[in-house]
Amino acid sequence: MSGGLEGPAPEERPDPEGRRNSQGIRIDPEAEAEPESRRAVLSALVEHEPGVLANVSGLFRRRQFNIESLTVGPTTDGDRARITLEIEEPRPGIEQAKKQLQKLVPVIAVTELEPTAIRRELALIKVDGSAPDQVGAVAEMYDGKTVDVSQESVTVEITGSEQKIDAAVETFGRFGIHEIVRTGTAALERGTRKTT
Amino acid sequence: MSERTTKQRETEEATDAEAGDGDATPTQVTSGATSAVRALENAGIETMFGVQGGAIMPVYDALWDSDIDHVMMAHEQGAAHAADAYNVVSGRPGVCLATSGPGATNLVTGIADANMDSDAVVALTGQVPQDMVGSDAFQETDTTGITAPITKNNYFASDADTVGDTVGEAVALAGSGRPGPTLVDLPKDVTNGETDREPGMPQTPETYTPQDEADEAAVATAAGAIEAAERPLLLFGGGVVKAEASEEARAFATEYEIPVVTTMPGIGTMPEDHDLCLSWAGMHGTGYANMAINHTDLLIAVGTRFDDRLTGGIETFAPEAEVVHVDIDPAEISKNVHADYPLIGDAGRVLEQLDDAMEAGPDAEAWREQCRTWREEYPMDYKAPDDEPLKPQFVVEALDEATSDEAIVTSGVGQHQMWASQYWTFREPRKWVSSHGLGTMGYGLPAAIGARLASDGGEEVVCVDGDGSFLMTVQELSVAVREDLDITVAILNNEYIGMVRQWQDAFFEGRHMAAGYSWIPEFDKLAEAFGARGWRVDDYDEVADAVEEALAYDGPSVIDFHIDPAENVYPMVPSGGANDKFALSEEQL
Repeated sequence: MSGGLEGPAPEERPDPEGRRNSQGIRIDPEAEAEPESRRAVLSALVEHEPGVLANVSGLFRRRQFNIESLTVGPTTDGDRARITLEIEEPRPGIEQAKKQLQKLVPVIAVTELEPTAIRRELALIKVDGSAPDQVGAVAEMYDGKTVDVSQESVTVEITGSEQKIDAAVETFGRFGIHEIVRTGTAALERGTRKTT
Repeated sequence: MSERTTKQRETEEATDAEAGDGDATPTQVTSGATSAVRALENAGIETMFGVQGGAIMPVYDALWDSDIDHVMMAHEQGAAHAADAYNVVSGRPGVCLATSGPGATNLVTGIADANMDSDAVVALTGQVPQDMVGSDAFQETDTTGITAPITKNNYFASDADTVGDTVGEAVALAGSGRPGPTLVDLPKDVTNGETDREPGMPQTPETYTPQDEADEAAVATAAGAIEAAERPLLLFGGGVVKAEASEEARAFATEYEIPVVTTMPGIGTMPEDHDLCLSWAGMHGTGYANMAINHTDLLIAVGTRFDDRLTGGIETFAPEAEVVHVDIDPAEISKNVHADYPLIGDAGRVLEQLDDAMEAGPDAEAWREQCRTWREEYPMDYKAPDDEPLKPQFVVEALDEATSDEAIVTSGVGQHQMWASQYWTFREPRKWVSSHGLGTMGYGLPAAIGARLASDGGEEVVCVDGDGSFLMTVQELSVAVREDLDITVAILNNEYIGMVRQWQDAFFEGRHMAAGYSWIPEFDKLAEAFGARGWRVDDYDEVADAVEEALAYDGPSVIDFHIDPAENVYPMVPSGGANDKFALSEEQL
């Protein structure tokens, strides 16, 4: 086998004292702890054209950001649509997700919404129809309404925060849930604060 | 220059001379295809690389009347690589053309390569007519879907009236901000569709606004950190080349006497024989560059994305350094390595801003002395005993010696690529043309074709190739012969996929599974069969003559250097390891 190069061997070289963590941050006592994940709501104003949603969802897939929910719909401007995404990541991951999203050419603007922003989700819950009155009463408790009744089932519509819908789903569970559909979060900033 | 194009050129020149007019008549817009070609003309495109096919035929037909030179490649992958190298050498966008289905999918490797190296490549692909899209028609494939993750942006043209504007935007976008590949998918009904609408001048979308200048306050803080640093180190990446900022980068380094390392794509931004230049860092970078990285207290990184081949393990990368990161792409800031001083903007402009903000250089004489010591401690050298076969490093040095300082070097991927970049001394940017991020074997030969057509001077174009890489795109030799391109291919032939063999020796107990060729073509004869000139070299005393003859031959030439099959690439930082723990021999791995 041929020789290689000359020079001091690895163990004879002076060792630097520092280190970085897995996020590339120089380790000091404050930064040493691995950051905790949190839920962030991102709102993206995008060109309303084919392929944009696929491109956005593909970006999150290929960069391994975990999408918790995603909603998309038109805005008052026919050329623009709004995508609302919820992700759960440590802070550097959220920052990176925002920057990667902003980098897509058809994405016009991206903001992370304040924790105080209005966040709503809609659920349709189809439960067993044997006790329609009780179902109606529970629906009222959650400011929901009954939207369809048949011999076998009652379907109710609930709007609210994710937590409220989680609670409602749990409560309706006692009637026996046949089917359920949830939209994911739609969100806007409160008051005069602009979303994007 | 293809025969038809040459003839057409001659006719036009004669006509122009009679008319006393230097410009050819621009394409008359009558269809979507002519509009697309007109947009390319408006963008100043002079050369493109492609392969014909059903769905792209209308565009080819429109090229018949255009002044744009088209180089007919043997395979679409070659077209994409040639366009890529054309961009690297000239700085102008490289354009490639392919039909739908397999034509488009064959481009994919080249597009992904351009994406990883931020090269401005524009791909135009044919597509089945829109009323057949989604029906699994003959040669239909979801080209925009396939290429979305590997393009800066792509487009599905749906209207003959606007296709020219779309093509113009694709060209403008590819070369602006952080460059990257763009693609326009062209359904046949759109290119065949009637229109007389002239495309506007190429422009990027209004919403695309890359930041040119960094925030002044951030610049001032970073300048303060540089002034106060005891062991400052500049790291120049490919972004410095893209931004045409080598001059500013050199001026900054020399004015403040700060040692420089480069990344592989950043080779040539600083002359490698300059006293301050420690050459390139990373897995097979020089020992002194890697020692400097691991001991610097302030790393001033310009135009680099901190690829893992540079950093090794993130935990041990530049462990004592604060990081100043200059980049035009905000998404690169703190992506891999946390930036303590992020400066978003054009590399050249931000370096000027930093220069304006600096009051004095850092006091770093001891550090410079330390860097000089490392250079002496870990010299790049190799042994060439008489009783061992020809060493590849010797061949690279012989080629460097025999060529001018302006010579352009392309390479495939593997051991030969590392020897070429280690033992060739580069003094200027845009002279080292290689596949860095994607690591595409077979890049070298089509890249040499693109490089040859991009260079306007008489500089040599040398492709340092490996036997494995050469075999992946060897068909492009037919193009070099047909177009009569003066390129020299130097194959460092060890009859192995050498880098794999090296890793098998180091990490797989020498089990050479699918690494060796039990039989390999005689490349000198293969070259002759293609119509090129070929030489075979086995011994040291044959090297100089073969190199001289091949370089003197005015056309494509191939030298098959049979090198020591046991030779390995050192230094080597084991994958994910610390940069300063590079191995200098197999025993140290």
